[in-house]
Amino acid sequence: MSTSSRQVTRRQILAAGSAAALAGAAPLRRALAQTAPLKVGVLHPTSGYLAQIGQACNRGCEAALPVLKEMGYPAIEIMNGDTESSPDIARAAAERLINAGAQMLVGAFESGHTLAIAQVAEQRGIPFVINIAAAPQITEQGYKFVFRNFPRAGAIVGGTFDLQKQLFATSGKTPTQCVVLHVNDTYGTAIKGALNALFPKYNMPYKFSDFIAYDPKARDLSVEVAKAKATGAEIVLAVSRLNDAILITREMVKQRWEPWGVIAAGPGWYENQYMKTLGKLGDYPISCVPWFDPRKPLAQKMVDTHLKMFPGQTVDTNTVYSFEAMLICADAYKRAKSAAPQALVDALKTTNIKDSASIGPGISFDAKGQNDSLGLAAVQNFGGEAKVVLPLASSERNLVFPVPGWRNRA
Amino acid sequence: MLLDTYVNQIASGILTGLVYGLAALGLSVIFGVCKIVNFAHGEMMVIAMYLALVIFRWFGLDPLASIPLVAAVLFLFGYALQAGVINRLIDVPDHMQFLLLAAIAIMIVSGCLMIFGPDAQNVPLSYAYDSYEIGPILVDKVRVFAGGGAIVVAGILTAFFRWTRTGKAIRACADNLTGARVVGLNVQRLFALSFGLGTACIAAAGCILLMLVDVHPYLATEYTLLAFVVVIIGGLGSLTGALLGGVLIGVSEALAGLLIDPSLKSMFSFGLLILVLLFRPQGLLGKRVQ
Repeated sequence: MSTSSRQVTRRQILAAGSAAALAGAAPLRRALAQTAPLKVGVLHPTSGYLAQIGQACNRGCEAALPVLKEMGYPAIEIMNGDTESSPDIARAAAERLINAGAQMLVGAFESGHTLAIAQVAEQRGIPFVINIAAAPQITEQGYKFVFRNFPRAGAIVGGTFDLQKQLFATSGKTPTQCVVLHVNDTYGTAIKGALNALFPKYNMPYKFSDFIAYDPKARDLSVEVAKAKATGAEIVLAVSRLNDAILITREMVKQRWEPWGVIAAGPGWYENQYMKTLGKLGDYPISCVPWFDPRKPLAQKMVDTHLKMFPGQTVDTNTVYSFEAMLICADAYKRAKSAAPQALVDALKTTNIKDSASIGPGISFDAKGQNDSLGLAAVQNFGGEAKVVLPLASSERNLVFPVPGWRNRA
Repeated sequence: MLLDTYVNQIASGILTGLVYGLAALGLSVIFGVCKIVNFAHGEMMVIAMYLALVIFRWFGLDPLASIPLVAAVLFLFGYALQAGVINRLIDVPDHMQFLLLAAIAIMIVSGCLMIFGPDAQNVPLSYAYDSYEIGPILVDKVRVFAGGGAIVVAGILTAFFRWTRTGKAIRACADNLTGARVVGLNVQRLFALSFGLGTACIAAAGCILLMLVDVHPYLATEYTLLAFVVVIIGGLGSLTGALLGGVLIGVSEALAGLLIDPSLKSMFSFGLLILVLLFRPQGLLGKRVQ
């Protein structure tokens, strides 16, 4: 046996030493990865016709950071992207954030934009947590990287019908005709479809006198309001964005149309900007929306933090679901112990957050990545603030219905 | 549907259409004389809207009353822009002029965003929600003021071009540029004057429009497009044509919304545009170019 074959060369010692050093450093690297902030690409329409709503969503995300830190979650670094109120830009903005190192995506308020981003997230294998978007098809595509903590259009419509029945029972006034004014974008079309599909099942006391569709970017809605007024309906079911909700209210005042009330299924009517712009004329519309539960401790913490960080800005649907999206990301990162996409997806699938801020039992996802346990509230505007009026168990103020006429307020 | 609803909407369509026409007048004046397609048209209108908004907030002056002041500021801006920048590029190919004005448009939008932010802002006028009641017809007071303002501004502009020496000189440039040079007119100065007049006209439209819509930096694009549609239907370079084009669009949108579907309103105005391009490409009141 030759002794030379057993000789350990200097090169072998170096190689073995390096391997040992690398092996020893691996757990350290993982630990370092856990302490490094998770880079979350936040995509909202912060410019264009949805700008105010997009900015409100961004504020919700930012308000989450100090609260999550206090709760002991790992740090999050927000990377902002602007979808410019356009699906094409939304897609490009998502690509840009991923290229810049985003490890998770959050967004995007508008269903059309969200669909575009979901495709990018799926192609690039980056987990995408949807804060707000109701079009049902988003979680029906079999996507593996897409998770939605927001009710689908059907759930919003079902919840709206339930709340309307409570509203009529509480007020003792039951309408016979309802006119629907709805935007013709992805969200509006999805809600219209759900209204038609679910109406027979809910045995509502009224009939739909007309469905009036309009462009959410319309500069003038006088014709739409005139057409709705001509139906003689007692209530208006509005499916709106923000600027169009303002335009509709102005036209209702100008055309001296005073139905019993506007009941909105979705955004626009409870927004800060709506109430600021219209003053007293912005009082009393009722919105049936996914909302925060004012009695939950986390919701109270969210409201306090938001107020401290953004004085004068109200907390609403945009805030709570954006806030919760960040909570979901932080929770997944904490449990995954890694920022690797598959580890994050695996953690997201097993999400089970009981201490949430929204109405409902908490946050968990089904096999399609949908949280189907979220509830709705009816909120009504009073003096520049939206207050929960239904369900009665969570109500902060007494319901006013039918609402006072325009001349009795301003 | 009741007849009142139709009459109300036609009246509203005419008044709104007059404002659309006024918004397009500036584009028509600038193209009619300088042959420059102003791609920053809507953006200049947004500047005027913001100026009127600031004047309202600081001095409480109604946007209608602030028209002379805002028009004077925009006149100077337009004059300086034409004299200092555009005149130097008057002989370059069209696409370079388009790019120049598109660049100016982007700069204006960015500037407005930096100064005023992206939020929609409005002037809370005391009469904003008032209406005139004439029998069964309800006419929005602000629209009546806006439509009346549009007619007055268009009348002043027409009188200027028809009865003043400078106006006649500008028309001479528009009709025959070589002839105007031969008789010794200072074409460069007249071009700058025309551009200034066009932007002053845009300023008047902006002040009036501020009473009807909330201003935000991204409003510009749709009004630039609308102005193009209006002047192409009415006839590029024709002042009366611009007003007529605006009224046609206002009324067709109102009727299409009532009779068919409000979602199809824009389709009808663009359908009208295609019909005019096919059967009367010079526009309803435009002159045929030989």
